[in-house]
Amino acid sequence: MSGDDKVDCGRRRLIMATATVGGAAGIVAAVPFVASMMPSERAKAAGAPVEVEFGKLALGEMMTVEWRGKPVWIINRNKEMLDSLKKTDDLVSDPHSDRPMQPDYCKNEARSIKPEYMVVIGICTHLGCSPTEKFKTGAASGVAPDWPGGFLCPCHGSTFDLAGRVYKGKPAPTNLEVPAHKYLGDTKIVIGIGQDGKEA
Amino acid sequence: MSAMMTNLLEWVDARFPLTSNWKAHLSEYYAPKNFNFWYFFGSLSLLVLVLQIVTGIFLTMHYKPDASLNVSGVPVAFASVEYIMRDVPWGWLIRYMHSTGASAFFLVVYMHMFRGLLYGSYRKPRELIWLFGMFIFLALMGEAFFGYLLPWGQMSYWGAQVIVNLFSAIPFIGPDLSLWLRGDFVVGDATLNRFFAFHVIAVPLVLLGLVAAHILALHEVGSNNPDGVEIKKKKDARGIPLDGIPFHPYYTVKDIVAVVVFLMVFSVIMFFIPEFGGYFLEYNNFIPANPLVTPPHIAPVWYFTPYYSMLRAVTVNFFWIDAKFWGVVAMGGGVLILLFLPWLDRSPVKSIRYKGPIFKTALGIFLVSFFTLGYLGMLVPTPGRTLVAQICTVLYFGFFLLMPIYSQLDKCKPEPERVTE
Repeated sequence: MSGDDKVDCGRRRLIMATATVGGAAGIVAAVPFVASMMPSERAKAAGAPVEVEFGKLALGEMMTVEWRGKPVWIINRNKEMLDSLKKTDDLVSDPHSDRPMQPDYCKNEARSIKPEYMVVIGICTHLGCSPTEKFKTGAASGVAPDWPGGFLCPCHGSTFDLAGRVYKGKPAPTNLEVPAHKYLGDTKIVIGIGQDGKEA
Repeated sequence: MSAMMTNLLEWVDARFPLTSNWKAHLSEYYAPKNFNFWYFFGSLSLLVLVLQIVTGIFLTMHYKPDASLNVSGVPVAFASVEYIMRDVPWGWLIRYMHSTGASAFFLVVYMHMFRGLLYGSYRKPRELIWLFGMFIFLALMGEAFFGYLLPWGQMSYWGAQVIVNLFSAIPFIGPDLSLWLRGDFVVGDATLNRFFAFHVIAVPLVLLGLVAAHILALHEVGSNNPDGVEIKKKKDARGIPLDGIPFHPYYTVKDIVAVVVFLMVFSVIMFFIPEFGGYFLEYNNFIPANPLVTPPHIAPVWYFTPYYSMLRAVTVNFFWIDAKFWGVVAMGGGVLILLFLPWLDRSPVKSIRYKGPIFKTALGIFLVSFFTLGYLGMLVPTPGRTLVAQICTVLYFGFFLLMPIYSQLDKCKPEPERVTE
């Protein structure tokens, strides 16, 4: 400006306009970089439904299968285990499964299609650890003297009953998620496709 | 010979500010003459930074960020770390140097930060030094977290799973944000690859830039000292602070003593107890990552445990938002509240030497709660321990949030005019 104190408004406007356009271009240029960090097409395609046959699963036992990289538990609940759900009604934070952590066809007392077979994603709704099975009741479980059987998350101590319902006052906010699944036979299911035919 | 060297130096100085920088930052940078033990940890942090960069470069020559299984059914990343430990000449030494260096880094940085807390080094005019330092601390936490996934053991995997899921607690954008961070629906190969990129290039670049800013800001205003008085207020005829001595050779020589002692302790750990009883290298991390089974007891490495304790201490829902989110807020807040320290401390004096009994008591309570949180963070949570963690979390925050009040009420001693012997 060579000694002249007056601001040249035309040039100032040009600078503003250039900076705005340049800044906008910079933001647009960042989009592909940010988007490149989203799951790739290959990662999305890897989430196919999984078929499981569990005829050999003994009463009172559980098995784990992998679906979309996550553990899915199948639990063959015996009568005592199912009865324990009545006792835990008052102890869990969402006894009637009002929060949408299960498909509609599993929104019932046992949170399952067939009462005895529980199908649930074994990932704690707090921070994603996989809870440990604590089926032994009472003090032998190491959880609590009046423990009715269920699951304990080793990371932050959340406890769940045998329908995957979270106990009150625990860090996990919701019940464990029941994945969409459908029966293909008496003891055969497909995980990832719902009883209503909808894909998860 | 010396005439040639002088000519060469003149040739360089006409083209690059070599001599002027040497003077400004070393031979004519006047530091207070009363530095004590606590002033070793700044230079030691620099030393460990260099150590981590050098060992890291050599580790990347053999490490493979690949979660797929090799012919023996072991994840490639996990196997490449075992390869470094068993087959690469001196690989075990370089890796133990890097893993011990990580813990050493946090140790010296925590000591360095505590020094600031003791002597009020964050007070005016050093607020920016403190802020740059805090950003270094945040970058260092990120660096440690990303690096911890790379060996692809059980603790690597489940630690990353838990921390990435912290972001999913943020209302509305959380689930998409954690998906974006992972790059997959679970922690997997995509996550491992990007954490490798963050660990070896993105965060180190940021760290180096911040370290430069930290030191430039320090050399602009000058160092604080254990008395918390400004040495620049009393200068001699040449404009040199009366209580200042040139950093080089006085403090370079003094720091070399600290470096020797530090390296002796470092070597003992690196050669004889590199796992440090499971605190530096956790035993569960010698098992390859298994997405279907969480180890029965997971805890972060020792330097994260105080904040981890705060995370799980929050078990109550507030304002209809889940406790999970508030746990994340407590954990993040516990770190970020340190940023505000320069504006929370309203004491008329800087140094603990002249502060009164209230501040000293508060600092004592803060230390006890910080160490208790750190200890609890390594243990399995029980209702009793959770209660203790909750009390300590409240005390930790109380130290900062009540500081504007109690630091003014405190009965301080008068600061001396010049530094004491």
